[in-house]
Amino acid sequence: MPGKSAPEGSWIGKPVRRVEDARLLRGRGAFIDDHPPVANACHAAIVRSPHAHARILGYDVAEALAMPGVVGIITGEDVAKSTKPFSVGVTAPVQYYCAATDRARFVGEPVAVVVARDRYLAEDAAEAVVVRYEPLPVVVDPERALEPDAPVLHEAVGSNLAGHRRLVYGDPDRAFADAEVVIRQRFRFPKYGSTPIETYGIIARWDDLEGILTVWSNFMGPFIMHPLTARVLGVPENRMRFIVPPDIGGSFGIKSSIYPYIALIALCAMKTGVPVKWIEDRREHLIASSSGTDRIADRELAARRDGTVLGMRYRWLDNVGGYIRSPEPGCSFRPTGNFVGPYRFQHLEVDASVVMTNKSLTGPNRGYACGHLYFETESMMDLLAAEVGLDPAEVRRRNLIPADAFPYRTPTGGYYDSGDYAATLDKALEIAKYDELKRERATARAAGRYVGIGLALAVDPSVSNMGYVAVALDPQFRAKPEYLPKSGAVDSATVKIDPLGRVTVIMGTTPQGQGHQTIVSQIVADELGLTPPEVTVVDEMDTFTRVWSISSGTYSSRFGSVGTSAAALAARKLKAKLVEYAAHLMDVPAEQLEFRDGAVRLRTGKGASYSVKDLAGRAHWHTQSLPEGMEPALQATAVFGFTVSQAVDAEDRVNSSNTYGFIAEVMAVEVDPATATIKILRYVTVHDAGTIINPMIAEGQIYGGALHGLGGALYEEMAYDADGQMLTATFMDYLVPTASEAPEIDIAHVVSPSPLTTLGSKGLGESSSMTVPAVLANAVSDALAPLGIRITELPITPTRLWPLIREARAKA
Amino acid sequence: MDKNETATVKLTVNGAPHEGRCPPRKLLVDFIREDLALTGTHVGCEHGVCGACTILVNGEAARSCLMLAVQADGAELITVEGLAKDGKLHPLQQAFHEHHGLQCGFCTPGMLLTALDFLRTNPQPSEQEIREGISAVLCRCTGYHGIVKAIAAAAPVLKQS
Repeated sequence: MPGKSAPEGSWIGKPVRRVEDARLLRGRGAFIDDHPPVANACHAAIVRSPHAHARILGYDVAEALAMPGVVGIITGEDVAKSTKPFSVGVTAPVQYYCAATDRARFVGEPVAVVVARDRYLAEDAAEAVVVRYEPLPVVVDPERALEPDAPVLHEAVGSNLAGHRRLVYGDPDRAFADAEVVIRQRFRFPKYGSTPIETYGIIARWDDLEGILTVWSNFMGPFIMHPLTARVLGVPENRMRFIVPPDIGGSFGIKSSIYPYIALIALCAMKTGVPVKWIEDRREHLIASSSGTDRIADRELAARRDGTVLGMRYRWLDNVGGYIRSPEPGCSFRPTGNFVGPYRFQHLEVDASVVMTNKSLTGPNRGYACGHLYFETESMMDLLAAEVGLDPAEVRRRNLIPADAFPYRTPTGGYYDSGDYAATLDKALEIAKYDELKRERATARAAGRYVGIGLALAVDPSVSNMGYVAVALDPQFRAKPEYLPKSGAVDSATVKIDPLGRVTVIMGTTPQGQGHQTIVSQIVADELGLTPPEVTVVDEMDTFTRVWSISSGTYSSRFGSVGTSAAALAARKLKAKLVEYAAHLMDVPAEQLEFRDGAVRLRTGKGASYSVKDLAGRAHWHTQSLPEGMEPALQATAVFGFTVSQAVDAEDRVNSSNTYGFIAEVMAVEVDPATATIKILRYVTVHDAGTIINPMIAEGQIYGGALHGLGGALYEEMAYDADGQMLTATFMDYLVPTASEAPEIDIAHVVSPSPLTTLGSKGLGESSSMTVPAVLANAVSDALAPLGIRITELPITPTRLWPLIREARAKA
Repeated sequence: MDKNETATVKLTVNGAPHEGRCPPRKLLVDFIREDLALTGTHVGCEHGVCGACTILVNGEAARSCLMLAVQADGAELITVEGLAKDGKLHPLQQAFHEHHGLQCGFCTPGMLLTALDFLRTNPQPSEQEIREGISAVLCRCTGYHGIVKAIAAAAPVLKQS
């Protein structure tokens, strides 16, 4: 069993089977489309722009309004009249409404909504809505978008540049002046998204008597979007209730971007006076939900001949599509604290431009920005190894942050809490039998086969510190007295004991398949001397009843660090209360007592004890028996936060996440030169995520994350033609890996417990999604090294690779 | 026939007879979910690729998003709700539980019924055959690892029964 070995009697570290499975295996999960929480909901069908860029001249809705079952139609005019644009994360005056008002800026942008008695009727009428457009020139290429004569999407901005920051850490110019070796390379990273199999879904009800807007949706957080949406709709925050059903059909970051639709469907409910339900279809999801950015990166690396990296320069062009939607430009700045990855170089320049083009909008996608970052960095490390004549493992080892340097402050402000990077790399090499692999490669090459080995290392950040978003703003702007600094990452849990001693835990973490109920039951069972099935875990977010804050939700791998910490802390608080109560009943000082095996006992082991059930019965039935001043309730709420979550400083340094795991991977591949297909021969991934609470669930996250990385590296791309029409609007064209494409994976763990979390755990939900593009590109490049081919652009499709092979072979 | 007129659909679902009226254009999956209130069958793409809506129609796996309800008139359907018997999970469901063959559970109903049909035609599959057999269903959580293990583990149990 991988992970930290569990102490006797401990549930933490055990592969406890999931409590969620019972309902999900029987088809009795409660997903957004399953159990209508309100009667007589009408259905929405969204009319979307067929143009990538067009001025909206007007709407003819009379015919559609007269169709059977139609209750109402909302157009961009209503949106402009009745809502405000969403706040954006940059100072550029981008007006982003929940639907197009004057202009459509990407294919699929909502322009109107039909509300009808059922979905069939709504779709009929949506086809009859006439929107008059004046097509405008289109730009989809981010470099072209910045040329002076390019079509401009937002006239108020004046150009397509949504934001630009030049960040300087240390003295990069000197590092490059001192360098014995300078390497430069351009990379392209594709636009792809994790396409959860359950699409977006929303049900909105407007109660005009109480003025309360209730929205059920498969929104995953962050709940900063709650106040942002309330502002857009002009509803007081405490009159707007977000409820998330217990089951979400996957998200991987994508469902954090549902919030503009929440505003749009809520507006429909408010305008029509009926509850409105909208379930996105797959085509809508592919053309208009969310994805990561496509990026053009120009990298430079300065090093000494011995392989020591002195500094780097990153020049990025991130394409956020038609509007910059929050939390973008997280695409550039989410990894600020771990920009340097696992390496100890001190000098870095980052020149990040965020560009708007006529493509769909972007946002968090599993590994948010880290897949891009490590694809570039790890390719550069291989280029350095080749240049100085070192083995790729050796060049990395020479630059790793040493184990005795933790906790380690990176030049960009990151605070790496724990780790042993060299040991983790060594473990990966050992499991992969690296030397043997190299011998096999030599044999294969001698036989004319294209076999290669790739390595990739990554610092795996979890629990975003909300403060990182401010890196997008100039320090002068942040220095203004009216500017409010931002920081933090918190989560809460409540544990309560009923009159018969039964334990219930209440969470609001919006799980999307990560088994939170199971994990929390393990943690609380350990704390209170129970078995996991004895603990009931309710994990349903409701902003009216849960303790929450702007950072709440399950994203950036935060549950494994912050939700688990809150659950353990709440149980400990309650346990302390039980001890105090028993001390009062036994008339002994609390220090003489301990909580052991589900009862409060004397530390000496002698004398009477009070079981939880006994104490619960007394406390509920006989409050007079409580000590003076004790709150008469057997429940405790803990809100866990990180003190290392601080605002960005004047030098643009920020600890952008709160815990930092580590990943070391080795992959061997063979490329068939005739078909340009890639076969994975061996894939080893070693993770350090601190204490592993449930190794079965942890491994599941790694398998899933790796396949998302594989999709982006080999198959998935949201492709557009020059007119901004999307070419991959179905699952026939947007290729998602199937079981046949999934490689065998050798998974191992190293455990460096985090000193910052209650249980020593760190997040690992994003895991290998951020390393597979890098390790695969490196392995394929190594395989094709005899032909002089270096992979600098993803996905590595046969259509992209085959011409390179043909050309190289023709030359050779 | 007008698209909003209704037709009668009589069918057997999980052994029980059902009768309903719906417009002839109504998808079978919508009929199952809305008219029969069996929400275990999920809709993932509505164009027959993701496989989440897979059910058994007269014993064979079929995508209920690519059929009209009226086409299933007279048919015998098995949906995910029909797998567990007497409060006990079907051996395939049990194997999914033991081998972590699901995370979010959204593709799971389609995956289970696809695997069931596959094991009927190939009761003793190799791992590669399992992978190909379920490649008609997309899962984005598990990387398929636990699913493949679960199907391999369930195969001998099902062969016996």
